[in-house]
Amino acid sequence: MSSEEASGSSGTGDAVPILEARNIVKTYGGVTALHGVTLRLTAGHVHALAGENGCGKSTLIKIISGAERPDSGEIVINGVSHAHMTPKGAIQQGIQVIYQDFSLFPGLTVAENIVLTSAVAEKRTLYSRRQSRPAAQQIVDDLGLSLDLDQEVERLSVADKQLTAICRALINDARVIIMDEPTTALTHSEVQRLFALVSTLRARGVALVFVSHKLEEALQVAQDVTILRNGELIISGPATDFDRRSISHYMTGRDVDESRLVNPPRYDRDPVLSVQDLTLPGAFENISFDLHAGEILGLTGLLGSGRSEIAEALFGVLRAESGRTIVDGKATTIHGIRDAIDAGIGYVPEDRLTQGLFLDKSIADNVIASSLERHRRRGLLDARTIAATITEQFQRLRIKAPNVEAPVRSLSGGNAQRVVLAKWLANGPKILMLNGPTVGVDVGSKEEILTILRAQAAAGMGIIVISDDVPELVSVCNRVLVVQQGRISATYSGDDITPEAIQEGMAA
Amino acid sequence: MSATGTSRLAALRGSNNEGVLALILVVLVIAMTIVNSDFLSAGTLFAILRSSIVPTVLALGVLIVIISGGIDVSFPAIAIFSAYTTVVLMRGSGIDAGVVLVLVVSLVIGALLGLVNGGLIARFKLPTLIVTLGTQGIFKGILIAYVGSRYIAELPLGMRMFSTQSLLTVPAGGENTSLHVLVVPAIVLCLLVNFLLRNTMFGRGVYAIGNDTEAARRVGFSVMRIQVILYVVAGVLAAFGGVLHVTLTRSANPQDLLGTELDTIAAVVLGGASIFGGRGSVLGTMLGVLLIQVINNSLILMGIPSAWQRTAVGLLLVIGVGVQAISARRSSRRVFAHREVVAPA
Ligand SMILES: Nc1ncnc2c1ncn2[C@@H]1O[C@H](COP(=O)(O)OP(=O)(O)OP(=O)(O)O)[C@@H](O)[C@H]1O
Ligand SMILES: [Mg+2]
Repeated sequence: MSSEEASGSSGTGDAVPILEARNIVKTYGGVTALHGVTLRLTAGHVHALAGENGCGKSTLIKIISGAERPDSGEIVINGVSHAHMTPKGAIQQGIQVIYQDFSLFPGLTVAENIVLTSAVAEKRTLYSRRQSRPAAQQIVDDLGLSLDLDQEVERLSVADKQLTAICRALINDARVIIMDEPTTALTHSEVQRLFALVSTLRARGVALVFVSHKLEEALQVAQDVTILRNGELIISGPATDFDRRSISHYMTGRDVDESRLVNPPRYDRDPVLSVQDLTLPGAFENISFDLHAGEILGLTGLLGSGRSEIAEALFGVLRAESGRTIVDGKATTIHGIRDAIDAGIGYVPEDRLTQGLFLDKSIADNVIASSLERHRRRGLLDARTIAATITEQFQRLRIKAPNVEAPVRSLSGGNAQRVVLAKWLANGPKILMLNGPTVGVDVGSKEEILTILRAQAAAGMGIIVISDDVPELVSVCNRVLVVQQGRISATYSGDDITPEAIQEGMAA
Repeated sequence: MSATGTSRLAALRGSNNEGVLALILVVLVIAMTIVNSDFLSAGTLFAILRSSIVPTVLALGVLIVIISGGIDVSFPAIAIFSAYTTVVLMRGSGIDAGVVLVLVVSLVIGALLGLVNGGLIARFKLPTLIVTLGTQGIFKGILIAYVGSRYIAELPLGMRMFSTQSLLTVPAGGENTSLHVLVVPAIVLCLLVNFLLRNTMFGRGVYAIGNDTEAARRVGFSVMRIQVILYVVAGVLAAFGGVLHVTLTRSANPQDLLGTELDTIAAVVLGGASIFGGRGSVLGTMLGVLLIQVINNSLILMGIPSAWQRTAVGLLLVIGVGVQAISARRSSRRVFAHREVVAPA
């Protein structure tokens, strides 16, 4: 579009916002998601939008993009006021969004997913697969990615889906680009490449919104910060006025404790899980470790290092080619998920929003979905204990929803996450593996989730946390294993677990 | 690396398993030829093609609806309603109508009935199966009660003139056997719908809605408009199928076609269209129709009672859906590679 004109205006100062959402109010039934929130976007700036899970960030974004209509308030674009936006209108105004749930079309190819939005906005009537490809290729190359353009999106990994969603937003000459947690599944270097591109876009005068629960990341790219709590605007100002601590404080209204706190595991007893020489060529090799009752074991490494595959093999999603798995002193063959569950192993997968949940079912149904066996009495389901389990998990995990009958689709991303956790805790496993348990979870809730994990461990569960969130590992783990190219390359325990040590181990 | 090998194999298999379907078809034909050497002949081939004309055209409409994530059971009612009403109207007006008039009248009727479906579905966001079950009953009722229930053998010129025309005739075992001319419009419609689905933004919208309606709305598709239009198109295709049916059977019977939903939907699903929406192709649908016709034909040749044909088609539908469910699970299993082996700087 008119990139010349835009870069001109960014040079003259930051006075005029190119988009302003004013006094936005939005309610869903009885729940007030936004309570008169204002957000001003300046050309050439990245605006970090922060707040706890369910505070209304995604809702605000959907209102700006026309996916939802506000109850009141206005959206002013270049001085023109709109009572609400429509998806097509917003795209035509140059607003592009990377949605938290990606909003991709699984049955279409990567290339089609990337170009479809602009094809719609240009009001085309005809469509050519071949003609649309070069544009898609261009953006993939700009980002230095190796996405297979002809692959169906359904067959992609979560990370590649996220990258596809990013490409789709960047391909159009947008004036406003909104990124709702765009980096949850990306590797470190992919994030850096994205940030490099963000700089280029800023220089072109594009206004960006960046939502992330990784506060360092947000502070690294942002020039402006707006913080919401419970649908209300708490503070808005230049990024230089904030640091990690103050943001957490504004978000939660309290001081968040991220310091290390671990309980001693039962090293005196036999391990609950002993893995010996587990090998799956191409994924991981000669993996051996013990897990004791009461222990929280960290499994870290870069994305793609094989750390997730190890957990998937232990849960029967993948089948290891050789090696032994000993659960509670008994050699156990895990050929499928059923075997793993029967052996008392639980797994909270990486791609929760799509794999772990029935989105249109209620919280209650989801919580109970994998533990029906446990709630059977004389062959029949026992309604009373089911209700008790649901209430217990709902309250313990402090899921923010009107009640347990609310469909999971209506929850915020971070709250949906808690439902997955509740589901696995309801099953009372002996060994629980969690893959990125706090990805997309706000700092306050993260602390709460880690507290829950500590409590479960103290009650005798053996826990494996797969994560690349270093502060989190330091905060809860008794031991940390680093996986590199499918092998365990380092082990840290006790006081050796420091952020510096783990960072070094991962990069070594 | 076998990457190119596997991708070539994948290309052969087709994005909706069209290759697999074609293979099954070939194997079946070979098997039937071994059982009965008369099977592989121009006569059988032409007979199968002729019997595929109407199901193919009807299946095209069903295909569009299924790709959009819906299901339509009212299309046989629309088909016979449009064709029969046209015959009645032409007789009533005393015009011996030509092809153009017959087609215009019947297709407009089909479009209007499709509009009823589309309007109800898009406006009130009702489940498509329920809506079309309802309208199916309504269309049938109106047809019998207000239009007529009589069997009509005198057709307008536009239908009559094509009833017994052949495209080509070949000598086979002493007597001649010929291919019916109406395979031509069926093929033309296949090409048109293929173009519509693959090369127009409307077609992309149909796939997008079937994949994820909310995501389709978010990228700017007008979901309501696309839904209305697609049911209108499905209605037009059904009407066309109805006219072809009346022409081929050389009579208009208001009870015809009703009850053929299962065969058509089975053909579309066997042809790789996903019952969950978002997937499907014209080529697959054509192969699916052919497969069902070949099977029906084989069963007749082997002297198996016709009741079993229904069972066979039902079984095929279940197999088709089962294969989809299994391959969906299979595809979620992935290949792993060390995505990031270099350490970040
Ligand atoms: N479709 C809906 N129906 C009912 N309630 C909804 C709907 N969408 C969102 N909400 C509610 O609105 C509130 C704000 O949700 P939103 O998704 O904006 O949170 P968020 O700030 O993006 O959180 P997260 O960081 O977890 O993604 C939540 O309480 C959520 O339950
Ligand atoms: Mg959100």
